[in-house]
Amino acid sequence: METNYDKIEKAAKTRRTVTKVIVYTLLTLWALMVLFPFYWMLLTSVKSYGSYNAEYIPKFFTLSPTLQNYIDGFTTVNLGRYVLNTVIFTVATTALMLIVTIPAAFAFARLNFRGKNLAFTLLLSLMMIPNELVIITNYTTITNWDMRNTFIGLILPSVASVFYIYLLRENFAQIPDELYYAAKVDGTSDFKYLWKVMIPICKPTIVTITILKVIECWNSYVWPRLVTDDEAYYLVSGGIQEIRENGFGRENIPAMMAAVVVISVPLIVLFLIFRKKIMAGVARGGTKG
Amino acid sequence: MKVVLQNLTKKFPNRNKKVQEDVVAVNDFTFEIPDGKLIGLLGPSGCGKSTTLSLICGLQKPTSGKIFFGDDDVTELPPENRGVGMVFQNYALYPHLTVKQNILFPLENLKGKDRLTKDQMLEKAHQIAKLVQIDELMERKPSELSGGQQQRVAIARALVKMPRVLLLDEPLSNLDARLRLQTREEIRRIQRETGITTIFVTHDQEEAMSISDQIVVMKAGVVQQIGRPQDVYNSPVNLFVAKFLGTPPINVFDGRVSGGRLYIGNDCVMDVGGVSDQDVTVGIRPEGFVLCENGPLCCKLSGVEVMGRDISIVSTNTSSLNPTIRSIISAENEVAPDAEIVRFTLKPNKVFLFSKADEARISFGG
Amino acid sequence: MENNNRKAWLYLLPAILFMGLFMVYPLVDVFIYSFEEGYNSASQTFFGTGLYNYSYVLHDPYFLQAVKNTFILVIITVPLSTGIALLISVGLSSIKPLRNLYQTVYFLPYVTNTLAVGLVFMILFKKTAYSDGLVNLLINLFGGSSVDFIDGPYWAKMFVLCFYTIWVVMPFKILILTSALASVNQDYYNAARVDGTSKLRIFTKITLPMISPMIFYLVITGFIGAFKAYSDAVALFGTNLNAAGMNTIVGYVYDMLYGDSGGYPSYASAAAIILFAIVLTITVINLLVSKKHVHY
Repeated sequence: METNYDKIEKAAKTRRTVTKVIVYTLLTLWALMVLFPFYWMLLTSVKSYGSYNAEYIPKFFTLSPTLQNYIDGFTTVNLGRYVLNTVIFTVATTALMLIVTIPAAFAFARLNFRGKNLAFTLLLSLMMIPNELVIITNYTTITNWDMRNTFIGLILPSVASVFYIYLLRENFAQIPDELYYAAKVDGTSDFKYLWKVMIPICKPTIVTITILKVIECWNSYVWPRLVTDDEAYYLVSGGIQEIRENGFGRENIPAMMAAVVVISVPLIVLFLIFRKKIMAGVARGGTKG
Repeated sequence: MKVVLQNLTKKFPNRNKKVQEDVVAVNDFTFEIPDGKLIGLLGPSGCGKSTTLSLICGLQKPTSGKIFFGDDDVTELPPENRGVGMVFQNYALYPHLTVKQNILFPLENLKGKDRLTKDQMLEKAHQIAKLVQIDELMERKPSELSGGQQQRVAIARALVKMPRVLLLDEPLSNLDARLRLQTREEIRRIQRETGITTIFVTHDQEEAMSISDQIVVMKAGVVQQIGRPQDVYNSPVNLFVAKFLGTPPINVFDGRVSGGRLYIGNDCVMDVGGVSDQDVTVGIRPEGFVLCENGPLCCKLSGVEVMGRDISIVSTNTSSLNPTIRSIISAENEVAPDAEIVRFTLKPNKVFLFSKADEARISFGG
Repeated sequence: MENNNRKAWLYLLPAILFMGLFMVYPLVDVFIYSFEEGYNSASQTFFGTGLYNYSYVLHDPYFLQAVKNTFILVIITVPLSTGIALLISVGLSSIKPLRNLYQTVYFLPYVTNTLAVGLVFMILFKKTAYSDGLVNLLINLFGGSSVDFIDGPYWAKMFVLCFYTIWVVMPFKILILTSALASVNQDYYNAARVDGTSKLRIFTKITLPMISPMIFYLVITGFIGAFKAYSDAVALFGTNLNAAGMNTIVGYVYDMLYGDSGGYPSYASAAAIILFAIVLTITVINLLVSKKHVHY
């Protein structure tokens, strides 16, 4: 009996070790798959044009790193312009989004008014409308308003986000009614209550939707491409396409990679700082795009 | 199946990383559980009773010590090879499976020569469902059952593979008061009918007292006392056990032994032979008081609650360590409602003395 | 509570303005566009209404190519990415050391610019005069011969597109699945262990049913997302997707609207509505299937 149990124990131990090795191998494999493109773009961006093209078999390291490609990125093409445009676009759109979202969420969560349920149902049904369907008319609208190649044309149609209104409303609605009544008794106005009580309490959610919107803006490609054909208004996504097709000359890949690094780094840094918030926010209902 | 715990100890690394010392959840637990008995592990939360159950089950490994089922050393064995059945506090019924599928689940895990045919499994499942009286509910999902019914399904699932030992973790804590009474009788009945050695964990002393063959009272990982419920109640080894058992709880006083007599405040309440002079803590069970016009213990009356068969006298005394003293006496006695003080004599077998130094019981010759 | 009608609508005003102008109105308008025949965007005139736009789009070889590409992409990437994500998430949930590090790494593609990282994939797969590219070198290493994945045969281009799409959608799926796995009560696993359930059986009989709602959520959003694929393809093959034969339905819509082939909002509208109809149908089918198979 005794030896029999020993055997069972040993078998269980071996099985556990084998499983662990397999699991870690698998996980590391995928991690490498994810990280490799990042490594490759960093590596390529510090290789000189000459040495890159001389490598028929690409090397996995370089002994003579250079920052020349980054200098090229900001001088021979308008990388600085693209980044600046994107910053303006992102900040303005996100700020406007908050100005639109917070009062709307407040009205749906806190105020009673005729037609509230109908309005909220309509709002929810708007969540199902794909962007591809409305972008066509928006394109015509902005063209008719003569707003192509302007920041206003870029920004306005990108502001509204039904999902964020919904998310914030849910959060607002969790604040107990008693707080509102107490504030009313003290003579607090609705606006002051929103500003002094609800927004501070729901700050985590507001931060989350802000970050998600920033990511969305920074990476947006389709709409900017439609309404801008003047290089002076390109955002980074359009800019990188421009660089690829008309920039440095099609074969200057190290310079191209330098540009890719420049536009990727801000969001990666943002992500590393707000890692937990971003992941929690996305898990609550963000999808890519 | 007899279950033997030998110097069982379980330590966890301290959660507060600055403190190097380990947390001792179970400390040097030795106990032989006789075959076919129902044992209650009892103690306040965090006393190590649930950890003990996990150790017996095999979900956790002891830091040191051994566990035997019969003569087999199962200490290092994973739970699936121990032949235990376990009922979890929240029942852990698989929500996507019907009652029948839940009960069949453990049988379908068996392999090789232990494997039953489909018909045998169904037969067994129905047998056990009948035993716990849920044979009408076999096709339902757990979400369609009441708490008490879910509890029965969980027990059925634990029993269906005929475990050598049945373990129940806080089996009644998720039920409402009325169901609790009913279910604990059920557990007792099922245990008697199957004769499987059963160990359950609870923080509710009434629950443990009412159905256990033996109870184990634990505190901070250390076993305080093991025994038949009535024995433990009648002769607690220390103040903690005395306080933990009994509703209403025991009344505790500051007292002093002098010249073989026990004083509470200035009242000399009874003789305690063979105890040297010292300050003591006195515990008096509520039923240990007898109303008596010239009784030695004098308390200030604050209220009388009539409870039908009994009446409960609430009073205060400056030596009492609790805010009020609660005494239960037969309803045949009468207390004048406007009386300011009540006087009691004490039943010596309901009075316990505890050392001020280590709270251990001091016995005295009546 | 008192009714404060006027005040409430005032709070809602900005949202209503933005959504009315850029979501509701366009939604109505796109249907109108799709039925207006011969619309001229310069003069804003049209000479008839009917189904001609739909008929044109459905007979356009570029559109048919785009539909074919999109369907292949969907059929390959949705099951594959969900399956791999499930495998990785289960692995991730079973370990303790390094778990946070892996999780962080796996999430990185989510926050990167699809267009930008697409370029990296392009140079990894591309065969040029100077170099066959890293992937081809790997293929050579295993005795294969070089293939141009970016300008070469159709299946090679489709492979890169699928590969990149999976790489891009993986973070979201892994995140959702790991949090779904973490939310399964540990007691179920303990109960199963006590009953001697094998690892495989625990996975198929307990874990999978418990997280099945999340898996179906991922499949549905995966279908929707993959049907709208566009920027991944642009990143790899450039803006002229029709020439590369790698256009997607969304790409077709934009090409009809804008650029060298653009100026046909009616065709674009018709194509967009066809896409919407396809997505809606698939989603409804998905929901019906999930009703049958997803537990509780």
